[in-house]
Amino acid sequence: MKTINLILLLTLVLSACSSMGVQPWQRGHLAKQKMQLDPYPLDAFLDEHIYFSKESSSGGAGVGGGGCGCN
Amino acid sequence: MQLKKPKHIRSVLTAATSTLLAGTAQQAVAEVEIPWQVDSAFLYYSEADRVTVYEPVVAIRKEMGDDEFVGVRLVLDSMTGASPNGAMPTDSPQTFTSPSGASTYTTPAGETPLDTSFHDTRVAVSAEWEMPLDERLKVIFGGNLSREYDYNSLGVDATFSWDLNQRNTTLTTGLSMSQDQTNPVGGVPTGLSPVPTTAGIQKSTQETSETKDISGLLLGITQVIGPKTLLQFNYTFTDEQGYLTDPYKLLSVLDNNDQLRVSDPYVYEKRPDSRQRQTLYLKGAHQFGTDVLHASYRYYWDDWGVSSHTYDIHYRYELAGGRHYLQPHLRYYLQNKADFYHYSLQDNNIPAYASADYRLGDMSTTTLGLKYGLVLGESHEFGARLESMKQQAEGDAPFENNTAVIFQLNYSFLF
Repeated sequence: MKTINLILLLTLVLSACSSMGVQPWQRGHLAKQKMQLDPYPLDAFLDEHIYFSKESSSGGAGVGGGGCGCN
Repeated sequence: MQLKKPKHIRSVLTAATSTLLAGTAQQAVAEVEIPWQVDSAFLYYSEADRVTVYEPVVAIRKEMGDDEFVGVRLVLDSMTGASPNGAMPTDSPQTFTSPSGASTYTTPAGETPLDTSFHDTRVAVSAEWEMPLDERLKVIFGGNLSREYDYNSLGVDATFSWDLNQRNTTLTTGLSMSQDQTNPVGGVPTGLSPVPTTAGIQKSTQETSETKDISGLLLGITQVIGPKTLLQFNYTFTDEQGYLTDPYKLLSVLDNNDQLRVSDPYVYEKRPDSRQRQTLYLKGAHQFGTDVLHASYRYYWDDWGVSSHTYDIHYRYELAGGRHYLQPHLRYYLQNKADFYHYSLQDNNIPAYASADYRLGDMSTTTLGLKYGLVLGESHEFGARLESMKQQAEGDAPFENNTAVIFQLNYSFLF
């Protein structure tokens, strides 16, 4: 039942998504570096390292990354 | 990515033109010179009275042709200063043995005990290889290795991205595995065993080193909403097994009169040997005129009882026709404590697991910052950011606030 619900939800999300979006010639803004979801990867990497060391939560944006002792 | 795009398009056009003129593709490919993209940063992180970190980072990335990229990142992490050892402040001075057991340090009355023997240098290398599997599907393989005096980590990951709906929808799946090994100074203390109170006495140890295994899964969807709007939604699950305790952290043990008990006033902390973490993460980017807003929200929960909300906003405010920009940053984090977090323990009532690490307590972090960016040309960009971070106890948690300054310089160029 759970699997069926999940498949239904995924189908719903994907069909809703298929009605959104832009044509290839409308991608001028989206192609810019500043409009990327992670425009400055080193800033994000260093922030993740700081907060990984200082808070009990981590992750969300991606997988992997190096571990540290972080006292 | 954007920095190299104009040059890359020019290279491709040159290649295409030479192909037409020369008639052989091989000759054209030989003439294409795709530069390395170099991103560098230097981070200075300094807490009031506690830890200071200097961290230079260099990342290089190159397109190998046909949307295939390789990248390497090198990080050096130098830490000095003092870190809270977990014991609570008291009305009289307190003396602790250092982790090696060879010396002692004394904390004045009324102050949070800080372990002053804390200094380390960490070197981390990571590499990634991005390649298209077909027109709509790509994969990024990654590997990372990190070494410090008493801690090593080795990990691999793979992320698959599948473009649908005229590339307006991207489905992402990521998998990661890593193994960390800790070799604490003086051995791994037995959890909840007494901390020696005089130098030269051997602490009770369970091993000289311990390991933990971490596996991660990411499921994500990225959707183009309109010509100026992009949204991403991720779910992540992380499983950690093994030694998850901090071998240097202690807890104070109080008697019936709420005074440090006379014999064995401190014990080493002990955490469960398994942890399952989950997150729901939503991120969006929207362009207002030429300015860009990035906003994200993360809900985190785990089976240690910790849950948290994280809000993060960057607003890039363009100046002088896009040559410079100013970017204010606001981040707010609110965390509920772990089930086994205790500020101190009571004599004759020692639980199976306990930690006084404030990072597992009820707390919040507020960060406020400003970044300045200068675009020096098609391939060069400079950035500087200054931020202030404050961590404070929430609810009736009694631990002391932690404040820090974050300063970072960035420089990117093509080589």
